[in-house]
Parts: sequence; structure tokens; C-alpha cells
Amino acid sequence: MPMQENISIVLNGEAIQCPINLNFLELLNHLELEPRSLAIELNREILPKSEWENRQVENGDKIEIVQFVGGGL
Amino acid sequence: MTKDNWVVAGREFSSRLIIGTGKYASYEQNAQAAIAANAQIVTVAVRRVNLTDKSKPLLTDYLNPKEYTYLPNTAGCFTADDALRTLRLAREAGGWNLVKLEVLSDQKTLFPDMLETLEATKILVKEGFDVMAYCTDDPVFARKIEDAGACAIMPLGAPIGSGLGIQNRVNIRLIVEQSRVPVLVDAGVGTASDAAIAMELGCDGVLMNTAIAEAKDPVLMASAMKHAVIAGREAYLAGRMGKKSYADPSSPLAGLI
Repeated sequence: MPMQENISIVLNGEAIQCPINLNFLELLNHLELEPRSLAIELNREILPKSEWENRQVENGDKIEIVQFVGGGL
Repeated sequence: MTKDNWVVAGREFSSRLIIGTGKYASYEQNAQAAIAANAQIVTVAVRRVNLTDKSKPLLTDYLNPKEYTYLPNTAGCFTADDALRTLRLAREAGGWNLVKLEVLSDQKTLFPDMLETLEATKILVKEGFDVMAYCTDDPVFARKIEDAGACAIMPLGAPIGSGLGIQNRVNIRLIVEQSRVPVLVDAGVGTASDAAIAMELGCDGVLMNTAIAEAKDPVLMASAMKHAVIAGREAYLAGRMGKKSYADPSSPLAGLI
């Protein structure tokens, strides 16, 4: 059997698999997201941009990735 | 006329019309409306990125955050906790701390929950946010959120998206008179005269979305709103005549044939 190379995370409310040993910048690349004007919440805490490269995505992480969209009041 | 700017949390603006970025046919039309309205501030929402369709247009490609002050709002939040999460993310995404807080109470009216709003205002102020707070037109609660540190008071004229116009002019005027921070009517404007009334009451500005976005010609309505806000502001500064019960002829009575 091949070695398990994926972990399970909850991204924007959906359970998905992603490769192990990714940091958050690599996760954005993996998701093909342009990092500009995004914000990340990791397990209910803000993950500042400055930490994206240093922080590994862990199995079971609950992650929210948001951006600005049109909206009124 | 000499410069008549207004200042919120140390930021100076000449335009007194803030527009939303929802409900437009496209971001392109939204951008044209922003130009026609001469808006300097636009409200924006914070939402999950679309992971399935990445070809969707980006707001920032049409309304440049370097040209417009983005005012993140918490529309759709029904608890202080949801609003706090949203605005912390907004600050991280945009890198600025001027935000519009709204905590709603009920789907049907979208009236603000003032207890949650007050609680969230206190926490956000402590965390260094400049909070423009959407509120009821109750002068007592308006005072409480000002005392909690809000940098602008934003009473509703009527329910969000209703287009009913300013329902309680007396209360809006009372809030204007008592406040030491800017007061902006937020929600309820339906057409240009409603915006003019808000400004004639002495408000520092008006925020609207649906009145422009759902007009048959949104860009033309944006222009109408620009003129209405200017007209109302100038009328307020000029000081209206007193109201009388009977006629008072405008032509001299002397020299009548």
C-alpha cells in the first residue's frame, strides 16, 4: 500500500484532503489562489500573513480563507 | 464655496456619499456608479473565497483599494462574535482598521441588535479598530455607542433595502445635535430627495446601496444622489427660512397700481 501522503482539513466549512508538509503559502498555491487581499483564519484565530510561510498545515485544522467581495449594508 | 470636508477617525473626505458594492448587475456597472456618485468610500463584504470557480471577477480589479477607501462591513452577521471574526479577517485582508459594524437582529426587518452592537463596539475599539456603527435611530443607544468609542454613528433611515426614506426626522436630528462624531444615515434611502432630507437634517453623510443598484439606470441614479447630497448639505449650511402658516408676498406691496 502506498504511504498516506494526505491529511484531512476543513476548509471553508468543507472537509478536504491536502498533501502533508505544506505551509500556508504552499496551501494557497496548491489551491491555485492568488495570495493578494486574502485573509486566513486558523482554528478561529487570525493567521497573520507574516506567519503563512512558517506555519505548517496540520491534520484536522479548521481553516477559513476569505476575501473582499461586493456587498452593501 | 470653500472647502467643506468631513473627518472620520482622522481621515478626511470631500465626498459625503458612501456607496455599497452589492446588488449591481456587474462590478463594472458598480465602478461606473462609484464614479458618477463621486464616492470616495465604498462598503465591501468579507466572504469565503470561491474554491470551485476561480474565474469569477474580483472586486479589487474594478474598484481599486488605492483609489477608494474600502469600508468592510459585517452585513449578514447576527451575533457580536460573528461580526468580530469578520472584521478581524477584514483587517488582515486589507491592512486597515476603519470598519463598519452591523449586528442584525431579525431577518424580516434587518434591524440592528443594539445590545450586541454595543458589546462588539467596545471589544473592537479595545482592539484598535475605528468603528463606524450601524444603529437604530434611538438617540439613547446612539449616545451609548458613541460613549463606547464609535468613530461614527450610522442610524437607519428605514429598514435596509426598503427604500422608504427617512422615517423619523426628529430622532435623526436629535442624534445629529447630541453627537460629537460624524452622523451618517445608513439604510432606507429610496430616491434623491431622501438623501437630501438626511443632509438637510445636518447629517455628515449618507450611505446607500439598493437605491442606486436597483434603480432602472443605476449610473444615472448615482449621479442624482451625488447632486442630492450636495444640495442637502448646502441647504443645511445655508439655513432654511422659517415656516409660516400663511402667505407672505415676495413682491413689494408699495407702488401697487
